[in-house]
Amino acid sequence: MSFRLSYRADPGNPWFSWQYVRDNSDTVLAALRDHTTLTVRAVLIAALIAVPLAVVAYWFRPLTGPILALTGVLYTVPSLALFAFIAPYLGIGVATVLSVVVLYALLVIVRNTVAGLNQVPAEVREAAEGMGYGRWGRLLRVELPLALPGILTGLRLATVSTVALVTVGVVIGRGGLGQVIFAGFQNNLYKAQIMTGTLLCVLLALVLDLVLAGVGRLLTPWLRGRVG
Amino acid sequence: MNPVQQLVVWLNDPLNWTNPGGVLDRLGEHVSMSAAAVLLGCLVAWPLGLWLGHTGRGGGVVVLVSNLTLSVPTLALLTILPLTFLGFGRPAVVVALAVFAVPPLLANAYTGVRQVDPQTREAARGMGMTGAQVLRQVELPLAVPYLAAGFRTAAVQVVATAALATFVNGGGLGEIIRFGFGLSIAVGGGQILAGGLLVAGLAVSVELLFAYVERLVTPRPLRRSRRGAGRRAADAITGS
Repeated sequence: MSFRLSYRADPGNPWFSWQYVRDNSDTVLAALRDHTTLTVRAVLIAALIAVPLAVVAYWFRPLTGPILALTGVLYTVPSLALFAFIAPYLGIGVATVLSVVVLYALLVIVRNTVAGLNQVPAEVREAAEGMGYGRWGRLLRVELPLALPGILTGLRLATVSTVALVTVGVVIGRGGLGQVIFAGFQNNLYKAQIMTGTLLCVLLALVLDLVLAGVGRLLTPWLRGRVG
Repeated sequence: MNPVQQLVVWLNDPLNWTNPGGVLDRLGEHVSMSAAAVLLGCLVAWPLGLWLGHTGRGGGVVVLVSNLTLSVPTLALLTILPLTFLGFGRPAVVVALAVFAVPPLLANAYTGVRQVDPQTREAARGMGMTGAQVLRQVELPLAVPYLAAGFRTAAVQVVATAALATFVNGGGLGEIIRFGFGLSIAVGGGQILAGGLLVAGLAVSVELLFAYVERLVTPRPLRRSRRGAGRRAADAITGS
């Protein structure tokens, strides 16, 4: 990742420079695209694993403790250590980054989904039962929709922390915007490059969070007009 | 040799432990910078959290701080701070780590004071205590289990994050992993696994150690209900 010195008398080391962004838009955009796809894929995979896990925890009460404990342990293992455990087997590539990030996102989504399912009022559940819904019908038509706010909270938190976590992928050279930040650090502490990477990370987290919030509003029309 | 065999070989080489830059050196660096960061975090977060909890204001601030630090990548903070007046080196790393220690410390200090039974607080006031006395003699002692819980979460998080200090040449056990990757997986696989094992082992030991400390400082009658409280405090951080 190279950068061109501008032809001013004193190139200096500014905190931000459009010159840098213009000259390196290809690299930066590629990193941004990489980061975004990694994050989106990771959160989708994590949701596909975590929501069924949460449903299992909800249906079979004795399993709630173990499931939350297992995801909690995964969460305690430092991210770099997870990379170290997985990379020797999956190699240096997207698969490793994805697995690490997914394992981290699990806890937040599982915990929030379980909380969301537990918030379904007992009367509602009984009413659904009285209307003749079976276990699956009740889950799909009543409980999961009512748990949506909880699930979405989990997804949003998972997305924001995933955006931050992907940068650790620099250890195997697949860190998305982390590559930009790290390269800036190695380019003699080039501030503009580091700041560009950082700002894009925070912006990406913000945008994805807002998108999910919007999706949440669309999916839960009955909550509109209520506070919170 | 598969990576696990390499791991055993690497761990069995005494030079890997005692050489300059070996495991013992790195462990010392890791623990000392984590300890400094957690202490710094406590100095900032506890007074602030206790005060916010005492006045009952600033719940929004607590949530905002934890959300902000959640979205700023560790790597970014680690690389940005050396560019400021802190300069390149240990102080910048310690400050960066302390930033990540603040949210759990702050949230738990705040919750710890807020959860004190209002009747207790009013009784203290009725006895003629001033605001400062209520805080020091009533709310602070009752908040100690929460402070301990926050301390544990912060310590584990800092120890985990300190592994990333290697990216800014800050030392610590992360160096072992990064150098292992530098050797390529075929050669350094054992070293990578060893580094991962050491980092994870340290994090888990810290977790267990401070879970024990947390139990010690929690008065016996409160221990039963503390499980729920711990979970609530953790939920306050993950936002559920």
